[in-house]
Amino acid sequence: MTKNLRLKSSEYIDETNRISFKFNGKTYHGFKGDTLASALLANNVHLVGRSFKYHRPRGIMTSGSEEPNAIVQINPGTNRTEPNVRATEVEIYEGLEATSQNCWPSVEFDIGGINNFLSPFFPAGFYYKTFMWPASFWEKYEFFIRHSAGLGKSPTSSDPDIYDHRNIHCDVLVVGAGISGILAAKNAAKNNFKTLLVDEKNELGGSTVYENNEFNKIDNKTPSEWLKKEIEELKNIKNLEIKTRTSVAAYHQYNYLLAKENLTDHLEAKDKTNKIRQRLLKIRAKKVILATGALERPLIFNNNDRPGIMLSSAVKKYSEFYGVACGFKNVFFTNNDSAYESALSLYNKGINVEAIVDIRDQSESKIVKKIEEAGIKIYWSHTIVDTAGYKRLNSVSIMKLSNDSTSVTGSKISISCDCLGVAGGWTPAVHLYTQSGSKLKFDQEKQIFLPNQNTSEQISVGSCDGDFKIDEIIKNLNQKLKDSLNIKETDLDKIKVEIDQENSKRNIWLLPSDKPLGKTKSFVDYQNDATAKDIKLALREGFRSIEHVKRYTTTGMGTDQGKLGNMHALGIIADTAGVKMGELGTTTFRPPYTPLTFGTIVGRNVGKFFDIFRRTPMNDWHVENKAEFENVGQWKRAWYYPIDGETMHQAVQRESKAARESAGILDASTLGKIDIQGSDASEFLNRVYTNAWSKLAIGKCRYGLMLNEDGMVYDDGVTTRLGENHYLMTTTTGGAANVLGKLEDYLQTEWPELDVYLTSVTDHYATASLCGPNSKKILKKIIPDLDLSDENFPHMSFKETNIGSIQCRIMRISFTGEHSYEINVQASYGKDLWKKCIDAGQEFNITPYGTETMHLLRAEKGFIIVGQDTDGTMTPIDLQMDWIVSKKKYDFIGKRSLYRSDTMREDRKQLVGLLTDDPNIVLEEGAQIVSELNQSPVEMLGHVTSSYFSPNLNKSIALAVVRGGKEMMGKKLFVPMENKNINVTVANPVFYDEKNERLNA
Amino acid sequence: MFLINCPYCGERDQQEFKAGGEAHIDRPKQPTELSDDEWAEYLFMRKNIKGVQFERWNHAHGCRKWFNMVRDTSNDEIKAIYKMGEKPPAQ
Repeated sequence: MTKNLRLKSSEYIDETNRISFKFNGKTYHGFKGDTLASALLANNVHLVGRSFKYHRPRGIMTSGSEEPNAIVQINPGTNRTEPNVRATEVEIYEGLEATSQNCWPSVEFDIGGINNFLSPFFPAGFYYKTFMWPASFWEKYEFFIRHSAGLGKSPTSSDPDIYDHRNIHCDVLVVGAGISGILAAKNAAKNNFKTLLVDEKNELGGSTVYENNEFNKIDNKTPSEWLKKEIEELKNIKNLEIKTRTSVAAYHQYNYLLAKENLTDHLEAKDKTNKIRQRLLKIRAKKVILATGALERPLIFNNNDRPGIMLSSAVKKYSEFYGVACGFKNVFFTNNDSAYESALSLYNKGINVEAIVDIRDQSESKIVKKIEEAGIKIYWSHTIVDTAGYKRLNSVSIMKLSNDSTSVTGSKISISCDCLGVAGGWTPAVHLYTQSGSKLKFDQEKQIFLPNQNTSEQISVGSCDGDFKIDEIIKNLNQKLKDSLNIKETDLDKIKVEIDQENSKRNIWLLPSDKPLGKTKSFVDYQNDATAKDIKLALREGFRSIEHVKRYTTTGMGTDQGKLGNMHALGIIADTAGVKMGELGTTTFRPPYTPLTFGTIVGRNVGKFFDIFRRTPMNDWHVENKAEFENVGQWKRAWYYPIDGETMHQAVQRESKAARESAGILDASTLGKIDIQGSDASEFLNRVYTNAWSKLAIGKCRYGLMLNEDGMVYDDGVTTRLGENHYLMTTTTGGAANVLGKLEDYLQTEWPELDVYLTSVTDHYATASLCGPNSKKILKKIIPDLDLSDENFPHMSFKETNIGSIQCRIMRISFTGEHSYEINVQASYGKDLWKKCIDAGQEFNITPYGTETMHLLRAEKGFIIVGQDTDGTMTPIDLQMDWIVSKKKYDFIGKRSLYRSDTMREDRKQLVGLLTDDPNIVLEEGAQIVSELNQSPVEMLGHVTSSYFSPNLNKSIALAVVRGGKEMMGKKLFVPMENKNINVTVANPVFYDEKNERLNA
Repeated sequence: MFLINCPYCGERDQQEFKAGGEAHIDRPKQPTELSDDEWAEYLFMRKNIKGVQFERWNHAHGCRKWFNMVRDTSNDEIKAIYKMGEKPPAQ
């Protein structure tokens, strides 16, 4: 039976624009302007989901972002699917599909519903208590628990949408475009403040825009009429930017706020393409005006969660704003006057209001009188003790409250109804306020937390600051604006407000029933099925802190973050424990206020922009020649160049042999390069490197080792003296930025007296490293005029020359142990230089090699790689590099630490070579080393740091750090692996050409 | 995210800066004269207090200059910013 609950006459619904959409496979119709929730309600669909734990049928509860029940999966099965979306926030469009979550096989018949009847066995902490033993079984339990508890499904294919970030700087940010926000923004902008007004809804005006209470008047108009005129005026104000569908997710220190602007979610699929879906606004505001409003509280009573039970304010919004009645027979349950406004709205539209159940004993306000005159029955001092109807509310039972309001008396009255509007008063939305670090205080009279101590330039205005009546709002807002913005006059000075006098409300956190508490289900957190009983159980079990009770009962931990029930949880704890509300504190409101998509957070930083790549000038050549690449820091470095389907091992073996037998070429452009100039440059190098630099002749190169102040090796590289006061330092590829930062730090903070200037030139030069016995012949072909004799251009020296018209710097230095040259040219000539080398080297079978071969070749020579053979705990002494540590220099960075008792221990881990007894076994890098096999537990002596099969030695070689390794030369050790023990012998880490004869070959 | 007033560039977002630990710990002029304990005091010991702390900061993605900052670590309020070598403000 389909009934239409659409009422006539809502200006926010375009009845000429009919939209069809699917919910749980069935097609429904709504209109432009509807949310998924309002369209479903118009079709008399209340049941939209199942609760998390008991799988109880749940209906639409609210009309906004605080919705705990109506969370749905949007467009399931597509790459745009999104789980956990609040139906109250989804604007419908043609072709929209949505399904319920957390139910199987369907929301109408859900197998998990049996949990409801087993609920006595599912108390708070059930999972913690039950699945503890045996501990090793948790993984098995977890699989089933997660499977049955899943809230929605994430998309499995990549997101087709575009996301964006934008920085905004403004004088005044106004959050929330209800009456307070609109008036604040208008007056700020008119006073020449650059103002930004944001609201999460698609329409401005908040709840006042449909406030048609005839007893409240602003300048003799109803609040809604008056506010619409104000909104109209906003359009003509300069300095004011308005963003709707924009929800502020986080409020950080220094008035830095993040907001999500939704741009295409309300559009049909065909209109979404090639548009930005959501934009993250990063807002820096000089002043923030929070006008976030208030959320209506439910009342906590037995079986308060059935489909058809809603917030009274939501019933009113559906009626006034969306033109939808939520039921045919309506009852309201309230502790204040606001339910009467909702009742009057329905009554005025000809919808039945059966009764109003009010826990107060009376109210004198005009609107209550009006309801009485309309003949609607009001039950004063009554409470609902139970409700009936499994998938839809069909009746409520009420009884009279006792004088002390802890029990009920008299006879039970049953009222038949299909919709119950619940009004428990209002909770200021202080979430963003507390995120900013500001502190709340508890107002005993109003029973609400209010802003108290601001930590930044901010004010809270309107109902989020506890002003619920229009006259209070305007009066207080006016004063706050004048004080905060330092202005003398505002529009608000002349506004005349008449309002209906409201009687104070009566607050009872947990309403009594005729049944004992143990037999009731009074839900505090709807989404997580946390009941008042659970909270009391937690207290009985000894939990005292609100944060602990929250975690134990999962109250407030759902996707709605307890926007509705947290206050009641606090209230019930306070009542039960006999403490005052304000003394308990609150749980922490953490960002985001409403969920953000990952897309919004990452913005454009996806795919190849996720992390920035750096490519060398020769990169195109490597790509054309089918190189495999390796990430080194942000660089993409050629790793190896496979030919004809070679594996990495085969390619590396070939490349390594070629480099030693004839000629190899490596792209070394990524090495960090720092240009050092100034009259104190030599002294500076003396202080930062372990060895001496003063006597290095111009045109010569020297290897240097840099330590941290703690004596551990930090970086290494060759530095060349280009002139009297001019050096070029090279660093490791990954360490370049950090080394520059460290050197700057010392120059600026410790040695400001030194005349030294540092410039990073890493990107300015491209470097080709030409190595092997034929490298000299190849270089001669390229630069015939340069004298390459050992006398003129010896190892560890430098020449500045030209290749044709290209200026170049050549260092004769070697990381492979072969005769080699590092040729540097301006980056833009890098590819040209590379090609020249390749062409000239053809006759010598010049072989390009990548980082893997480089690593192998240097390991054959026992050269360390900082970061591979060292890990921040190795001193130069540990590396057996005592030769590079100057004994003469009075000081250098890290020197004193080399004489600490700990760094001088003999049994530190020290770098050694390892040879496997079986030369064909290649050790795994990272493998542990032991000296005993039949010991348990066994002492780990160290681990393998570098390991390769050397084609030039035709055996496996490894470098390792071993405790006391220096004294172990020739000792037999073991590398135990999962299925075998490998026998190894400690060896000299220089495996190849120990006398360095090949450097001058 | 703080807003930091670089003494050379002006107000910039925190993401341009790098924190450099406690300020006003001078590197000893004659490290070799120090005992292990004295050297360890310089090398390892740093305050990490809840409250007003003197810190070094670097405008790493800007002018690359180091400067000092007085910050209340409990609420991240920046009390003062001054150049390297300048005297810290009286508390």
